[in-house]
Amino acid sequence: MGTSYTPPTNPDWWREPVERTEIWWIVLAFAWCLFMFGWMVGWHFIGPQNMSNEAYKTTPEAFSKKLADQQAKYTIRKDQATGEDVVSPPPGSDVYLAGMQWQWRPILELKKGQKYRFHMSSLDVGHGFSLQPENINFQVYPGYEQVTNITPNKTGTFAIACGEYCGGVDAMGHHTMLGRIYVKE
Amino acid sequence: MATTTMSDFRVDPVSGLKIHKTANTLVKWNAFAAVVFLLVGGLFGVGVALTRMPSVQLLSPEWFYMALTAHGLVNLAVWIIFFEMAVLYFLGAHVLGNRLATPRWAWAQFWLMLVGAAMVAVAVLAPLWGGAPSSVMMTSYPPLEAQPHFYLGLILFAVGALIGCFVFLGTLVVAKREKTYSGSLPLVVFGGVTATVIAIFTIVSGALILIPTFVWSLHVIPGFTIDPMMYRVVWWAFGHSSQQINVVTHISIWYLIASLVFGAKPMSEKVSRFAFLLYILFLQLGSVHHLLSDPGLTSAWKIFNTSYMLYLAVLASMIHGLTVPGAIEVAQRRKGLDTGLFTWLRKAPWGNPIFSGMFLSLVGFGFIGGVTGVVMSVEQVNMIIHNTMYLPGHFHGTLVVGTTMAFMAVTYWLIPVVFQRKIALAGVAKLQPYVFSLGAWVFSIALMGAGTLGVQRRHADITFAGQPLAYEYPEIAKGLMDLGEIFGIIMAVGAIMFILVVLASIFTGERIPEGSAPWPKVEDADVVAERTGKHHVGMWGMEAPGTFILAMILFVTIVLYYFINFKYLSTIWGLS
Repeated sequence: MGTSYTPPTNPDWWREPVERTEIWWIVLAFAWCLFMFGWMVGWHFIGPQNMSNEAYKTTPEAFSKKLADQQAKYTIRKDQATGEDVVSPPPGSDVYLAGMQWQWRPILELKKGQKYRFHMSSLDVGHGFSLQPENINFQVYPGYEQVTNITPNKTGTFAIACGEYCGGVDAMGHHTMLGRIYVKE
Repeated sequence: MATTTMSDFRVDPVSGLKIHKTANTLVKWNAFAAVVFLLVGGLFGVGVALTRMPSVQLLSPEWFYMALTAHGLVNLAVWIIFFEMAVLYFLGAHVLGNRLATPRWAWAQFWLMLVGAAMVAVAVLAPLWGGAPSSVMMTSYPPLEAQPHFYLGLILFAVGALIGCFVFLGTLVVAKREKTYSGSLPLVVFGGVTATVIAIFTIVSGALILIPTFVWSLHVIPGFTIDPMMYRVVWWAFGHSSQQINVVTHISIWYLIASLVFGAKPMSEKVSRFAFLLYILFLQLGSVHHLLSDPGLTSAWKIFNTSYMLYLAVLASMIHGLTVPGAIEVAQRRKGLDTGLFTWLRKAPWGNPIFSGMFLSLVGFGFIGGVTGVVMSVEQVNMIIHNTMYLPGHFHGTLVVGTTMAFMAVTYWLIPVVFQRKIALAGVAKLQPYVFSLGAWVFSIALMGAGTLGVQRRHADITFAGQPLAYEYPEIAKGLMDLGEIFGIIMAVGAIMFILVVLASIFTGERIPEGSAPWPKVEDADVVAERTGKHHVGMWGMEAPGTFILAMILFVTIVLYYFINFKYLSTIWGLS
């Protein structure tokens, strides 16, 4: 007698010795668990890719104001594809990007190897910042402004797709939402 | 006080269990509702799959987002929670030879869940008859707004499930008082208690966020809004934890099937129960997996929670992953298959869908759902995975490959016991776990591949057609989406095979009359060992060396996959 659907045959099962297969596995598995925990903490000290802990409360109005100021100050040219302003704040400075139904704006131009204070927020519903083809993904909300220090390490034209479902009607919608970042030498 | 007489019970010839007829009726209705919803949700899933196949793109965005909302809710919540109610009542009443406490409340559970599910369905499917849509996805993040009855339906459904949890706990109290068992609860019932504790936490969290969201959607209190981040923090305590209930339930089912098919005994009651206890203590912390790329939450908080405090819940899963096949190996060896490393596995009944389904669920859950789940929930690795197709790939690897396959496997045993019918279309049943698992495994892996290449989840179209700021995913990503969704259709075929077998069996299967001769029962392995004097089994001083080797393969896989992801992470833009 002894199954998983009948009460334990030994009423004092808590004192039964544990067999070797299980003990070795538990020791090994727990060691790996501790390693993974340590590595995740350690990457904050040794790794160049980490989540930022800097964020502020904001409003769509306040964030729109920052976008407008940035556009007035740092527009360098018109984009060939859309005719919109391309904004290029100087290295080391603050860069603002907003998600809205259904685009990421402004179109940005950054310099490779330079660090920027990158501010993200949403002007309406929740969006997901998804930089392609790097595949860097962040959650973006209305009312919250996340600040991440970014350092582009490649040149090229990068797309920003939307990773968080943000509504959709026939022609437009979540799946059409795009933005663009040019990275130059 | 309700009193029960012997005529309220029957002795089941198939399992030998003493079955309370009222409890049995409730198990039947909940299980039947579950299977019907599996079919409904699955059909929406087919619509989703055929749209996400770049070369087909069946549905327009409007219908796609509606179908995806319906598929997520029905298959993630309704099918699974109805089935879990059936499992809980079965564990509390059938397994313990006990009566069900408060059958009227149990009926309230059933009807509330049904009415709730219907209300959500009416809200979500409204565009079909020209109504206002509630295509807000299963997650329904504000400020996206659904119709009020969408939230109300979810609340009723959850309240129904909560009632079911308390009926189960009450049933355990009855069993204890009426001494229908002696000593400690059987391991599988202990697993059921674990699932219930997590379920209560889950449902209370759901109430905490869905009730205010419902009030918000009515627009009766001026200026009342839901903070989008607070919503996500609390909602995921509900959304993620509800998936932990599934894990605990399907692990209990693995243990049950190991005993039913092999007469296996848990390798160590202490170890298995301790692992369940770790789930109660730490599993819910995992809801932060969904919040790792969110603003306003600190890394310290994220790391503590995403690791389930030193990965103690991962440890628990790794333990169950060894002890379930280990128990099977020990049982097989005690019954004479004590040669070589894998004779016990080779000579297992692979043509029995109860076993094959369970074992495919175990292996698939470990290697596909488990390995990827541990890696993607690393705070930093999450940045290159969050909200891509990797996510649907992963959670089909847990929910479909693991939970749904295990539920299907146990259904093949439950039909004769609960519905008193023999399995019809036995040939179809025999193949079903293989077809379903083949589809689900390749589907999950292909989608994760596409997600690694950047394809986003919940997109009606991945070509960004007509957009001036064009972007094109790599060709291989599109190929992976096509491949994955083709296997998604194979998975759907497997699901339809299952539903056919269930419906054919319960409506046309050969009846098993009450009082018929008991079915031959698998002998308990330790009884056989007692008789043959086979007390020492295994090799290298281990009772389950073959299982240890299998576990080591899992271990090496997870270590390699962990570092491959960090290698990829180290090549992207600097972020701090």
